[in-house]
Amino acid sequence: MAHIPPAKHTPLILSVEGVEKSFDGFKAINDLNFYLEEGELRTVIGPNGAGKSTFMDLITARTKPDAGKIQFHLDNNEDVDLTRVREHEVSQLGIGRKFQNPTVYGSHTVYDNLKLSLAGERGIFHSLFYREKPAHRDKIFSVLETIRLEKHADDLAGSLSHGQKQWLEIGMLLAQDPKIMLVDEPAAGMSDEETERTGELLLNLAGKHSLIVIEHDMEFVRQIATRVTVLHQGHVLKEGSFDFVKSDPQVIEVYLGRQTRKH
Amino acid sequence: MKLFDNKIEFGGYMAACVVLLLVLPAMNAFFPADSALHFSSFQLSLWGKYITYAVMAMSLNLLWGYTGLLCLCQSLFFALGAYAFGMYLMLHVGVDSVYNTALPDFMDFQGYTELPWYWAPFENGAFAIAATMLVPGVLAFVFGFLAFRSRIKGVYFSILTQALTYAASLFFFKNNLDLFGNNFILFGGNNGLTDFKEVFGYDVNAASTQRWIFVMSAILMLVVYLVIAWLLKTKFGKVQQAIRDSENRVRFSGYSTTTYKMLIFVGTSMVAGIAGAFYVPQVGGINANEMTPAKSLDVVVWVALGGRGTKFGPIIGAIVVNIIKSFTTRAYPDSWLIILGAIFMLVVLFMPNGLVGLPKQLAPLWARIRSNATTSATPAS
Repeated sequence: MAHIPPAKHTPLILSVEGVEKSFDGFKAINDLNFYLEEGELRTVIGPNGAGKSTFMDLITARTKPDAGKIQFHLDNNEDVDLTRVREHEVSQLGIGRKFQNPTVYGSHTVYDNLKLSLAGERGIFHSLFYREKPAHRDKIFSVLETIRLEKHADDLAGSLSHGQKQWLEIGMLLAQDPKIMLVDEPAAGMSDEETERTGELLLNLAGKHSLIVIEHDMEFVRQIATRVTVLHQGHVLKEGSFDFVKSDPQVIEVYLGRQTRKH
Repeated sequence: MKLFDNKIEFGGYMAACVVLLLVLPAMNAFFPADSALHFSSFQLSLWGKYITYAVMAMSLNLLWGYTGLLCLCQSLFFALGAYAFGMYLMLHVGVDSVYNTALPDFMDFQGYTELPWYWAPFENGAFAIAATMLVPGVLAFVFGFLAFRSRIKGVYFSILTQALTYAASLFFFKNNLDLFGNNFILFGGNNGLTDFKEVFGYDVNAASTQRWIFVMSAILMLVVYLVIAWLLKTKFGKVQQAIRDSENRVRFSGYSTTTYKMLIFVGTSMVAGIAGAFYVPQVGGINANEMTPAKSLDVVVWVALGGRGTKFGPIIGAIVVNIIKSFTTRAYPDSWLIILGAIFMLVVLFMPNGLVGLPKQLAPLWARIRSNATTSATPAS
């Protein structure tokens, strides 16, 4: 595999090197190496149990690796070791995560959902005496426009459709101004039209943010993918363009073949 | 920032202020006992007790209804506050005629001649008042720190808080504690603390003193209501409700949910503690029965009946259930628990939003009845 080892002052934003993680003797992640460039939109595919979710948990400090390095390269050339950061600090560093099931605050309005997610202070005193500034409002409306929910600003998030909730959650990430966005199965449970719109949205965000998208739906992957990473048994099996990966015999064997046979 | 949601809430609040702070005390003070407008001192203390219960219910609602933490040790915090103030009252009963000492009787008949060191500071009123908040606060801080840091939530949190309540009640039921060969006298065991005489130099049983305590309890409730109304409008209150809806999302948005939950847990424990302090002089005693797990579950029933996650629900729930309890324990003493159980089941099955949510729940039904009435009326006209 032609991995270029990262030099200092790289165009990379995230590097994962030699990472291992076991749960009760089961190796979920096995010598994983992964590099993400600034502004890149990367799609991660792989069969169930390939370690995709654990991979995201590791990047967001939800679980700590047994071995290996996970580094987040900041603009000022500083490298942050993500294995030593606490969970709630990850987002302040600039990493946002969208869960597989849409998780929004159902009893708050769409507007308030975004307000709580806006980048800024997170302390108790700040939140007790917070006053909304016009700049905050503008930011919220620009996010609403991006995710096309302007008309629903005052609706309760709980009353949105499944697809709209997924967009709202992406919007909540956007409100945080993240450098890296981790997006877990954004198209799950969406109609074809919604799926296509979601793809457009993600393509729009690439460049401004670096994205890692986990997805099962190959049609959707075709729409958004520039570079695809295939995970298998906690290890990178193949990496390359969509067409390269799709026609690779090993990938077909462990993943795609299985998927087509099922249908 | 507006504290009230609408004019009805504002009007109701103002009406409550007038009734609780002026009308009821005046009816008690200025009308003779045989007047129809007289509000007896017994009734006043009874309503004072309901009000302290309502404050405890409000504190639980802030935890359970708005943050999603079903805490089963609210009655423990309440009782700890009650004990702290009860200890102050106990040390101001004066010299009794039997033993001729100023010590509480239960210490006398166990042969104590001196006040133990952990009792002594409670002779000071200011210390005792501070302790009514600090004792529950410190306990909540330590327990909350351990529980929230280990990500204990949901039903596990409820079970642990119930276990804590149970352990504490066993401790308070004891008369003495033998520890490494030393004997410590505790807090009155089964009988608890009772037979109070004086509070800050006034006769605690005098009608005028009781009236003042009632008014202060009412002020406590009205202030707590305002604080909660304010809190819910702040970003803090929104974070709190977001934790209830999806704690993971809140954490991934960069909030330390542990810190938020800690503050709410400690804060509500202190509110329950002050409520307990106001309970003691109005009821005339406190014993370990008030902190048993069953009492904690009672509070849950009040909040559920009134309407969880509403500002007014816990107040109405606490008062309604306790009025029913006062009546049924007199009229049908044996079936009181069955009645309480039936109420709780009815609420769970048919009234998800409690009494407060009832008008909204019945609105469609009411609309249908009315539309039926008008359609049947039209042909006639």
